[in-house]
Amino acid sequence: MSFEAVIGLEIHAHLRTASKIFCGCSASFGAPPNTQVCPVCLGLPGALPVLNRAAVDAAVQAALALSCSVHETSVFARKNYFYPDLPKGYQISQYERPLATGGVVELGAGAAARRIGITRVHLEEDAGKSLHAGFADSDRKTYVDYNRSGVPLIEIVTEPDLRSPADAAELFARLRAILVWLGVNDGNMEEGSLRCDANVSVRPAGAPALGTKTEVKNLNSFRFLQKALEHEIARQIELVSAGRRVVQETRLFDAASGRTISMRSKEEAHDYRYFPEPDLPPLVVDAARLERIREAMPELPDARRARLAERYALSEHDAAQLTQSRAAADYFEEAIAAGAPAKLAGHWMMGELARALKEAGDDIAASRVGARALAELLALLDAGTISGSMAKTVFATMYASGRPAGEIVAAEGLAQIDDERQIVALVAEALALHADAVAQYRGGKAGAFGFLVGQVMKAARGKANPARVNALLRKALEPGP
Amino acid sequence: MTEDTIAGLAGAVRTGARTATEICQRALAQLDATEPSLHAFNTVAADRALARAAAIDRHPARWKQAPLAGVPIALKDNLCTRGLRTTASSRILDTFVPPYDATVVERLEAAGAVVVGKTNCDEFAMGSSNENSAYGPARNPWALDRTPGGSSGGSAAAGAAGIAPAARGSDTGGSIPQPAAICGVVGLKPTYGRVSRYGLIAFASSLDQIGPFTRTVRDAALVLSAIAGHDPMDATSEAEPVPPYADALTGDVRGARIGVPRGLVGAGVDREVAQAFDEALASLADRGARLVDVELPHAPYAIPVYYLVATAEASSNLARYDGVRYGMRTPPAAGAGPDLPAMYASTRAQGFGPEVKRRIMLGTYVLSAGYYDAYYLKAQQVRTLILRDYDRAFERVDAVAMPTTPTPAFRLGEHAADPLQMYLGDVFTVSANLAGLPALSVPCGFTAGGLPIGLQLIGRRHDESTLLRVADAYERGTAWWTHRPPIATR
Ligand SMILES: [Zn+2]
Repeated sequence: MSFEAVIGLEIHAHLRTASKIFCGCSASFGAPPNTQVCPVCLGLPGALPVLNRAAVDAAVQAALALSCSVHETSVFARKNYFYPDLPKGYQISQYERPLATGGVVELGAGAAARRIGITRVHLEEDAGKSLHAGFADSDRKTYVDYNRSGVPLIEIVTEPDLRSPADAAELFARLRAILVWLGVNDGNMEEGSLRCDANVSVRPAGAPALGTKTEVKNLNSFRFLQKALEHEIARQIELVSAGRRVVQETRLFDAASGRTISMRSKEEAHDYRYFPEPDLPPLVVDAARLERIREAMPELPDARRARLAERYALSEHDAAQLTQSRAAADYFEEAIAAGAPAKLAGHWMMGELARALKEAGDDIAASRVGARALAELLALLDAGTISGSMAKTVFATMYASGRPAGEIVAAEGLAQIDDERQIVALVAEALALHADAVAQYRGGKAGAFGFLVGQVMKAARGKANPARVNALLRKALEPGP
Repeated sequence: MTEDTIAGLAGAVRTGARTATEICQRALAQLDATEPSLHAFNTVAADRALARAAAIDRHPARWKQAPLAGVPIALKDNLCTRGLRTTASSRILDTFVPPYDATVVERLEAAGAVVVGKTNCDEFAMGSSNENSAYGPARNPWALDRTPGGSSGGSAAAGAAGIAPAARGSDTGGSIPQPAAICGVVGLKPTYGRVSRYGLIAFASSLDQIGPFTRTVRDAALVLSAIAGHDPMDATSEAEPVPPYADALTGDVRGARIGVPRGLVGAGVDREVAQAFDEALASLADRGARLVDVELPHAPYAIPVYYLVATAEASSNLARYDGVRYGMRTPPAAGAGPDLPAMYASTRAQGFGPEVKRRIMLGTYVLSAGYYDAYYLKAQQVRTLILRDYDRAFERVDAVAMPTTPTPAFRLGEHAADPLQMYLGDVFTVSANLAGLPALSVPCGFTAGGLPIGLQLIGRRHDESTLLRVADAYERGTAWWTHRPPIATR
C-alpha cells in the first residue's frame, strides 16, 4: 500500500521591534542575562501589559504579505501553564479571535503549483529562556534569562496542505524569505528568531479521512525540518503497516540521531484554560490604519519578480535570482537607475558580484562595490572602453580597494584600443612578423587565424577590442584584388 | 470638626498653621495606641513617613498647591510601594519588597500625602471579613469582636479609628463600600478604568478598582481628584477627562432622581438596616430629591456570576506565585521528589491560605476544557444582562440607592464554617463591580447596639460627580459622620 503524508506547519517569528510587546524593555538579542527586564516582563505583582503599536504594525504587514484578512477587532487571550521561564504563569497570546486569518502561499509555478493555505496569523509574547547547561552547578540547577520574555512574536499556522517534507521545507524557506523581505524578522534561526513546529499524519494514498497526527517540535533549520519529517513519516508508515496505531502526542526532533522522540502524550497535554485577557482591551486595527500599513509596505517578492521580469525582459530564472532578497532587487534597480544596461547588470550580479560577496562573506546590502559603482563599470564595458576580461580585472580591484572603475582604468592605462588605425597597424605588424602563419592560413589551415589574433592581442597587451581585431585581421588576410 | 479631615489638615499645612511632621507624629501615636486592639496594619512605615513629612516641612513653598499636603495616608497592603514590604496579606509574599510604586502611590505622594503604613486585608483581597488575612483579621473599631469588613478591612478600620484621614482600598466585589459602611466611614469605588490599576496586586483584573476611604464626602472628592485619570501603564485606564469633583459638592439635590430597587432590598435585610435606609431616602426626598422605583431583575444573579468571573481571573492572576522569582519558596515535601512540580506544589500549598486555594480551584475548574462555556462564558453573558439592567435604570434616574450591606458588622468567626453565607453578604455591592459602575457608601445611621450602617449610591459610568453631590448633600443634613468610635478618641 502506498501512503500519503499530510503536513501543516506552525511558525513562530520574532518581530524586529525596538522594544518588547508589552513593556519598554529592549527586544534586542545577545545582552547579558536579565539586563533587559522590568516589572512587566518579569511578571511582578501588580504590573500590567501595554501593547506596543510597532509590533502590531509588523504583524499586520506579515499577515497582508500572506494574503490574510486582517480583522478589525482581535482579542488577546491568556494561555495558562506553569513553567519557570513563563513569569506570569500565562502567556499573552490570541486564541478565538486572532489578528488575521485565511491567507495563502503558492509554491512552484504553472501546472506544478501548490496552494498552501494560511489558517491564521496571531500576535503573542515570547517566554524567557531556561539555561540548563553551561554553569558550574548545571547538574543541579537551571538558570533563567528573562531578556527574551515579552519579545513580540507572530505565530503563523498553515492548513494541512503540505504533502512532502521537501514542500514543508520549501514553504518554511518561503515564509522566512517573505518575513525577512518585509523587514519584520531577521531570519536568524540559530538565535531562535524563527522557529518551526510541524503537525504530521499519514494515510493510505487517496483516503479521504486524516490519520492520527503527531506534533514535532524543535525544527530550527530547513534541513532539520525535512529530516525530522522524513523520519516521522517513515515511523508512522511503519506503525500503520504493521497494523499498529499512531499515538497522538508531541515529539521532539533529536538532531544528533536524526530521529523524533516522544515528549508528551495527549493525556499529558496541557489544558491551557484560554480566556480573554482582561488587562488588554480588544485590539482594533481600523481601515485607515490598515491602509497606512499597506502603503508603507515594500513591494512583495512575487510582485516584484513579475515586474522585473516584464520590465527588463529577464528570464524566469534570472528574475527569481535577482529577487531572492529585497536588498538584491534594490541593488539591481539602483544599478539600472544609474545607467547600467539591465541584462548586463543581472548577469554581473549573478556572476562576478555573487562570487565576490561569497568569497568575502558579505551581504549584498553591505557590498564593497555598490550599485552605482557597478553601473559605472558596466557603462565602460558597454561603451567598449574596456573589454569583458578587463572589466573583470577592474571589478576585482574595485572590490579590494573600493576605488571607482573610471579611476582604475585611467590610472592603470587599461582603456581598450578601439581606434581603427591603431589596430590596422598592429595587424600589419603581426602579418609581417608571422608570414609562415599567414601562408598556412591562406593554404587552408583555419587554426592559424586564432594564432594571429593572439599575436595582435599580445602586441596590444590585451587592450585591443577583440571584435575589431577579428574583423580587421580577416579583412587584411583576404586575397588582394 | 474639620481638624481631622483631609481638607482641614492639608489646608493647615499649606498655610503653615501646622507642620506635616506634627501631624504625622500624631497619626503614628494614634496608630501605636490602637494597633494592639485593631490589628489594622501589616507594616508600619514610621521612619519613612517621618522622613517624608520632614521633607515637606523643609520646602513648604513646593506644597502650596498640594491638595493632600502633609495628609497621613494608609495604603491597603496590595498596592506596591517601592522599598516597602507589600504582602497582600499572604504568606507567599511575606518578604516581598516591590522595586516600584503603584501609579496611585506616585500620584498620592505627588499630591503631598504621607504614607504611614500598609493595612491589613483579606489575602489577595479575597474575602468580606478580613478573616482571610495570613496575619489574622483586623477588627472593627466600633466593636472589637466584629469584622471591619473586607477585603479592605484594615483601611476602613484605620480611617474610622482616626489614624489616617485618608486610607486607600481596592475593590473587586464590594471591598470598599462594604467595610466603609460597617466601619462608619465614606468609601468610594470609582468607575472601572477611572483609576490606574498599575501596581495593584491583581485579584480579578476586570473587576478590581482602587478608591478612597475618608471621613467626609468632600475628602473622597479630593482624593479621587488626585488619583483619577489615564495612566499609560494601564491599558484599561480611560482617557476620559477628570472633572473637578469638589465643584460638584453644591449641597443641592433638588431634582436629582434616586432609583430605589424595592424588589431587591426587600427580603433578607436586617430590620435596623432597612429602617436606616428608609430614613436616609426620606431625608434625601426632604431635600428635594425625587425617589423613583426601578427594577434590577438580574441583580440577584450577581453573586454567582461574580464568583465565577472573579475566581476564573484569580486562578490565572495568582499563577505567578510559583516560588521561582520572588516571594516564598518551599522545598518539596519529603518523598515528593526534587522536581519542579513538587516545588510548585509545596510552595503554593504552604504559601496560600484556604480561601485563596478554594478560589483558585474554583476558577481553574470554571476555565477548564468542557466547562468554559457552561460557566465562564455563561457568567459573562449574565454580567452583560446585569449591566443592561443598570443602563435601563439610568435612563430614568441619576443614581440607584440601596443599603450597602444587608446586615451590620457580624462577629468574627460567625461565618467561618459557611463561606456561602459570607458570600451572600455582598449581594448589594458586587453588581457595581460586575457592571464597572461607580459606587459610594456614606454613613446613614447606627443600630441600637452602636454599629454603623451605610447608604450606597451607584451611578453611571464616569459620573462620580453625581454620587458625590448627592452623598455630600445628604451628609450636610445629617450628623452621622461626626460620630467616633470610642477607640478613636482615646
Ligand atoms: Zn520589560
